[in-house]
Amino acid sequence: MQFGIFGVGDVARDPMTGRNPSEHERIKAVVEYAKLAEEVGLDVFAIGEHHNPPFFPSSPTTLLGHVAARTDKIVLSTSTTLITTNDPVKIAEDYAMLQHLADGRVDLMMGRGNTGPVYPWFGQDIRNAIPLAVENYDLLRRLWREEVVDWQGKFRTPLQSFTSTPRPLDGVPPFVWHGSIRSPEIAEQAAYYGDGFLHNNLLWPKEHVQRMVGLYRRRFEHYGHGSADQAIVGLGAQVFMRKNSQDAVREFRPYFDNSAAYGHGPSLEETMRQTALLVGSPQEVIDRTLAFREYAGGDYQRQLFNVDGIGVPRKTVLQQIEMLGEVVQVLRKEFAVGRPAHVPNAPTHASLKAAAAGENR
Amino acid sequence: MRRTIAVVSAGLRQPSSTRMLADRLAAAARRELEQLGAEVDVELIELRDHGHDLVDNLLAGYPSEELKRVHETVARADALITVTPTFSASYNGIFKMFVDVLDDTALVDKPVLIAATGGTGRHSLVLEHALRPLFAYLHAVVLPTAVFAAPEDWGAGDTAQDQLVHRIDRAAGELAREVDRREKPTHLDPFDVPTPFEQLLAGE
Repeated sequence: MQFGIFGVGDVARDPMTGRNPSEHERIKAVVEYAKLAEEVGLDVFAIGEHHNPPFFPSSPTTLLGHVAARTDKIVLSTSTTLITTNDPVKIAEDYAMLQHLADGRVDLMMGRGNTGPVYPWFGQDIRNAIPLAVENYDLLRRLWREEVVDWQGKFRTPLQSFTSTPRPLDGVPPFVWHGSIRSPEIAEQAAYYGDGFLHNNLLWPKEHVQRMVGLYRRRFEHYGHGSADQAIVGLGAQVFMRKNSQDAVREFRPYFDNSAAYGHGPSLEETMRQTALLVGSPQEVIDRTLAFREYAGGDYQRQLFNVDGIGVPRKTVLQQIEMLGEVVQVLRKEFAVGRPAHVPNAPTHASLKAAAAGENR
Repeated sequence: MRRTIAVVSAGLRQPSSTRMLADRLAAAARRELEQLGAEVDVELIELRDHGHDLVDNLLAGYPSEELKRVHETVARADALITVTPTFSASYNGIFKMFVDVLDDTALVDKPVLIAATGGTGRHSLVLEHALRPLFAYLHAVVLPTAVFAAPEDWGAGDTAQDQLVHRIDRAAGELAREVDRREKPTHLDPFDVPTPFEQLLAGE
């Protein structure tokens, strides 16, 4: 099982000090988080893509390329890549380039964006969100898998004799996850292609996550990629830890209460009860994360933790990543107990390359 | 057949004339449906009881467990009776919050009896210029008779023209007939019956 950190890259005021970090500070800090994540033994670092304030990561492959140069083992991913408003040709080119530079340590998570105006800003219509995600992704797959592509669709100019370069490393396209909170069509899409499906359950209650993941697993089997319990499932969570549970709650509360995402709605306690917001001692975080198998309908493949954002200062985030490193060591052991042998791990470049070689023999 | 009527009252005070009107409408609708041979369950939803949950639903994007049960009650009901007090020439805020967090298909083809109370009879057209278009937008079947109760209606005797009790009975009769000619509502769950991906790929 893979464990990692993910974030959206917001630039937010620290409610305790009233200080607003600069974009520059935030960008440099996130690179530092990725390096530390590798050092403490995490498997994945993922960053979002946004094109409006207060978010800075408009150019994920630039950031991830830089991180690739400063790390050796950690898998670089996205949370998420906008399959709706990006040109699929540019996604194919950018991420194949990143894949070469990172020696295969790359996968992607497709998403549709968090803000209405991003569609018109990039010349699209939000009413086409699902059709765009479907058409663009189908083209992206072809660009990575077919040397020469002739293509015509609804949303971009047609292609004749087009070859996307560089070709994917070793002829193996990056593995793709699809992220969606509430659209059954996206679970269906992930299942159709046998791709991964990640539900960011820190924003929604358990029952809803179970329905989305359950649909994906059922349809994964329907499309012949394996049994439902072999589908590739990921979950999210937000985490804040201190040695003592009460200290964690006391310290995190002002960040929660003043957050644009969480604040002024359901209380911290209610949100902790209903969603994957984990605030407490390391042992509490371990116990609750192990119970996520209920959300995922069984054993799953990837657990991403958000430790950054909503104004939490750099020093605290670094402490959280250090603690997460220790927590993950326990989680690895505990998740391995009773995990059936036929439940696969999340695909990596190495595993996909080996599988492709097996098929060609 | 067993039928369920969900009754939504947006009254904020106790005692509430909005609730009083809701109860009268519910009793009349039950009587009319029973005359058509139905067994009737009435589910009363007092929005004041869910005030904080409604704000939380709007801000967090998901309903509390209790509010989720309310959503399900509305979706499953054979008909809806909604009663709001008139605030600033419209439905009140808690009423609109409730409507805003309903699933946008929850009321499609559902008979809805709209009713309101107000401080003076001059507000009575609130039903026609605020509530009727709101529910028409949600593709509900809004009954022709909408019931407004002004303070004087509670004291009008038999001599009053088109008195409140007659309007209640007429609306309840319309509701019963609309329910009677419909099957129980079925809710197609997109998580149970997804659109096959081949159809999505083909742009269908």
